[in-house]
Amino acid sequence: MTHPTHGIRIEGLRKRYGEGDTAVDALKDVNMQVAPGEVVGLIGPSGSGKSTLLKCLGAVIEPTAGRMILGEQTIYDNGWKTPDLRALRRDHIGFVFQAPYLIPFLNVTDNVALLPMLAGQKNAVARARARELLGALDVAHRAEAQPSELSGGEQQRVAIARALANQPPVILADEPTAPLDSERALAVMRILNQMAAQYRTAIIVVTHDEKIIPTFRRIYHIRDGKTHEEAGEGRAIDLAPALA
Amino acid sequence: MISLAGRDILHAWSRFVLTGMGLGLLIGVTLSMAGIYRGMVDDAGALLDNSGADLWVVQKDTQGPYAESSSLRDDVVHSVRGMPGVARAANVTYFTMQVARGARDVRAMVVGFEPGLPGAPGELIAGRRITRSHYEAVADVKTGFAVGDTIRIRRHDYTVVGLTRRTVSSGGDPMVFIPLKDAQEAQFLKDNDAIVNERARSAANPAFNRPGLPGLLEAITDSQSSNHNVNAVLVQIAPGLDAEAVAEPIRRWKHLTVFTRAQMEEILVAKLIATSARQIGMFLVILAVVSAAIVAFIIYTMTLGKIREIAVLKLIGTRNRSIAGMILQQALGLGLIGFMVGKTAATLWAPIFPKYVLLLPGDALRGFVVVMAICALASLMAIRAALKVDPAAAIGG
Repeated sequence: MTHPTHGIRIEGLRKRYGEGDTAVDALKDVNMQVAPGEVVGLIGPSGSGKSTLLKCLGAVIEPTAGRMILGEQTIYDNGWKTPDLRALRRDHIGFVFQAPYLIPFLNVTDNVALLPMLAGQKNAVARARARELLGALDVAHRAEAQPSELSGGEQQRVAIARALANQPPVILADEPTAPLDSERALAVMRILNQMAAQYRTAIIVVTHDEKIIPTFRRIYHIRDGKTHEEAGEGRAIDLAPALA
Repeated sequence: MISLAGRDILHAWSRFVLTGMGLGLLIGVTLSMAGIYRGMVDDAGALLDNSGADLWVVQKDTQGPYAESSSLRDDVVHSVRGMPGVARAANVTYFTMQVARGARDVRAMVVGFEPGLPGAPGELIAGRRITRSHYEAVADVKTGFAVGDTIRIRRHDYTVVGLTRRTVSSGGDPMVFIPLKDAQEAQFLKDNDAIVNERARSAANPAFNRPGLPGLLEAITDSQSSNHNVNAVLVQIAPGLDAEAVAEPIRRWKHLTVFTRAQMEEILVAKLIATSARQIGMFLVILAVVSAAIVAFIIYTMTLGKIREIAVLKLIGTRNRSIAGMILQQALGLGLIGFMVGKTAATLWAPIFPKYVLLLPGDALRGFVVVMAICALASLMAIRAALKVDPAAAIGG
């Protein structure tokens, strides 16, 4: 597989809910750019528009205006530029959720291989890709296990592998460390940084987890529907233990 | 591509199989109900087959002898035998009674027949045919009697000398065959007190008890205590003749009602068991609705339990038709398990039913198609719920 040469760029993104007097501008002027291999934080208080932005980036709700460029493809320019948002999500966006949300009736390999299979890859090819990712995330030994047999950390690593399965230019991580203690939260961040570097994927981590904020080199603050960029500490997290 | 439905079923197979077994028992009851109806139709056919008749000659303007009562003088048979196209004709009587068997009794149809003529029992599975003029009987094996047993019918004891199989009335009651004369007596036999009272009344009637006619009273009391009626005359027609062509002159010249085989089948199936058939039909409809409701409820709750997974599947790009297909396949899988359990259960418990349960392969096939259609329909509500799931639900906030 070829690595993406572009990450994601967002220009003047707006999202309005409702009309007339009851209209609410959840996003007013969002500008972001994340390069391939980069992990940025998206931080903001409750109601600031984080989830709305994530849903717009994830192509599950339609913005009101603005522009989004994913990899080398303009996906939104005051309207969707692709008719098949489902295929867009499948092929160009990876998702990591607060909880792993693995499919409970598929084993670990098939949870990861499902996306390539949905994209039309042959089962053998998709499973080979899954095994490669599971190896990279150090969970290859649990390849045949059911999700219920995994520890929380293993489940989260499998979820990251699933997000990487179709080698998307961007991964959206929604509070991926919220339920974890400090050590495990830092381990997740280490893995995300490794995977971003290894697979040249742009990763946006939505969080308000104070434990991991110092690990970002760049942070986007979102407040009242507007983003402000600032430099992060970029603290090294090499010493964080692996997820158990 | 992975079979999501198959994996989900395997993942929760015990719950799925148990649910399928519950549904299967319901399907088994449904198949048995259909089998009971088929058994009733088959019983009616067996009744006609066992009579060995091509035509049934009965009392004028009645639909006897099975659907209505019919009474003919027993000498009518002689004139019928003389009609063109009639090869053989025989008197026959039918009456249903509780026949004592040990401490219990069994409901049976007692048939009075003339040996060697239409109406006689067919092939025996044990014992021999009736060779004496009185007090011997051939019984259907379902009565529970064995060769050598004694049957009490009215005031007389009959020795069972032979056994038959599948000789039943249209109501499914097993038959007991006895000589015609015995049956005529038994059918109209009054108890002793009634006979004494009848004789006293006749003797007290000056019109019957005339001093100048000494034999009159005796003749009248004799006629009161004997019976020369039968219920029908069974006719076999000469080979190659049309039954209707033989029946029509009997109707016209003998002033009797005559039914052909087709007409008698119509009476038995379309009239005699029509109410029972409608009753069973109602049960089938109710059971089908209950089955559909159960499948719909099970599939719907199973789907609601997977809403988060469905949202994730939709978010990561699974097509709606794949998700709908998963739910549909699960519903059909449930139906398949249910049908297999139901068919097996119906086959196993059919012999235990007191009435004949006939499970036809064609009915099973139709039942399978109906079960699958019901399951497919029942899955629609769950599919609708799944398709309404917003992929955004997988993303918090």
